[in-house]
Amino acid sequence: MSNPNLNAAGAAVGSAFSLKDFFSSFFLLELLKGMRLTGRYAFRSKITLEYPEEKTPLSPRFRGLHALRRYKNGEERCIACKLCEAVCPAMAITIESEVRQDGSRRTTRYDIDLNKCIFCGFCEESCPVDSIVETNILEYHGENRGDLYFTKEMLLAVGDRYESEIAACKQADAKYR
Amino acid sequence: MSDWLFSFGQALIDASWWSDLAWPLIWALLKVTVVLMIVLGAVTYATLWERKLLGWVQIRLGPNRVGPWGLLQPIADALKLMTKEIVRPADSDKALFFIGPVLTVAPALAAWAVVPFGPEVAVANVNAGLLFLMAIASMEVYGVIISGWSSNSKYAFLGALRASAQMVSYEIAMGFCFLVVLMVSASLNMTDIVMGQNKGHFASVGLNFLSWNWLPLLPIMVVYFVSGLAETNRTPFDVIEGESEIVAGHMVEYSGMSWAMFQMAEYANIWLVSVLVTTMFLGGWLSPIDSTFFNAVPGWIWLGLKTFAIMTLFIWVRVTFPRFRYDQIMRLGWKIFIPVTLVWLVLVGVWMQTSWNIWK
Repeated sequence: MSNPNLNAAGAAVGSAFSLKDFFSSFFLLELLKGMRLTGRYAFRSKITLEYPEEKTPLSPRFRGLHALRRYKNGEERCIACKLCEAVCPAMAITIESEVRQDGSRRTTRYDIDLNKCIFCGFCEESCPVDSIVETNILEYHGENRGDLYFTKEMLLAVGDRYESEIAACKQADAKYR
Repeated sequence: MSDWLFSFGQALIDASWWSDLAWPLIWALLKVTVVLMIVLGAVTYATLWERKLLGWVQIRLGPNRVGPWGLLQPIADALKLMTKEIVRPADSDKALFFIGPVLTVAPALAAWAVVPFGPEVAVANVNAGLLFLMAIASMEVYGVIISGWSSNSKYAFLGALRASAQMVSYEIAMGFCFLVVLMVSASLNMTDIVMGQNKGHFASVGLNFLSWNWLPLLPIMVVYFVSGLAETNRTPFDVIEGESEIVAGHMVEYSGMSWAMFQMAEYANIWLVSVLVTTMFLGGWLSPIDSTFFNAVPGWIWLGLKTFAIMTLFIWVRVTFPRFRYDQIMRLGWKIFIPVTLVWLVLVGVWMQTSWNIWK
């Protein structure tokens, strides 16, 4: 309001009165240009992904729900070296181990508190036997306070159930490791 | 059809108290109910259409989860709003706080009384239709002021102040637009205004849409449409809501159904301005070309199509332009629209006195 050098649309025109600017704003030319642009956008193909029906592709390196894997003969891979427990920046992993009857060292307890976990993937990277892995599973939830505290049995169950997917991901990523 | 229904109802009971008093009253109420149903249905689905179009322009899909293509979304919204709690601020004025939304939505719906949906199809075909519309449209600002004042909140109050200043300013430009239309059609009756557009050189050669008021009165139509944007507080004139500065203006303290009433008023007003643009400038229910096929289409379909197009323009403008600064709004209203409409008023007046007068 205080600036006298404004044309009809309120744009600064300098001290000289420009007839061209006056008419282009008086006849709403800029506004029509803008509306032409938005009108064109309305007919573009949409980028929305309708989530439950459509999903984005996931990398084989995707870091989702954890799993403990087994060898083909059913023996669990984990040798209780506790590297993952040591490297875990969120201190979400708790491991206790014992010597088994056959003399091998195995875990008696392997817990991951997914409430603490930051999904950095260090446990997977540190594992010398590819035992603890992060799967592509991202649709899971807990309904009670303790539901996201995963014990060894639960982690092994995840590994048993999704072994083929996990193995496929490992295979796809193998050449870069 | 409506005449037949009326006489059928009149003959139901053979007594003068029925045919002269009770039935006309019931008949009027029935007409009001039907029009209100149509308007409220249009209002609910205007929200869906707006969200869809906004989505499309932003390369999204818009609501599509509730029902096929999201068609049940407005119903879900209505259910949600109806079950929400209405919170009244502690120090607010109780009576005024609840009258505010009612006073906002009532004029928006009352104005539909004079809107002609076809030849002789209107709730009230009054001779002073245009005057009634101006009076009713001015009532709108009371609801906003009262709700802003009674909320006892500085944001609501600021919103109400802005609203009253803006609505009063644009009412003047709007009044001049009405005046020009009144001048060329020589009638305040809405039906006559529509019928007046059905004659002239182009109408006689069958190109009726070229003899409608929009062509000779194009600047007035643009001014009226933009004033309508300002009057209904739509973007780019929605500093009244101004969510980035005063949260939601006069609506900030309202929730649930009382808030929904403001929204209903806003969309009812959008439809009203659209239907008025159609009636005054786009030939109302008239078909665009004088051919048997186009004339066979019922008038209310033409009216609906034209109104829908103008209403879509409202959304299109909303999705395109950012908000005006408040002083720019005032400047546009007072220093541009009023002079432009005044000059055009004089021009049309002079035009009508010459031998080239096309509105004889």
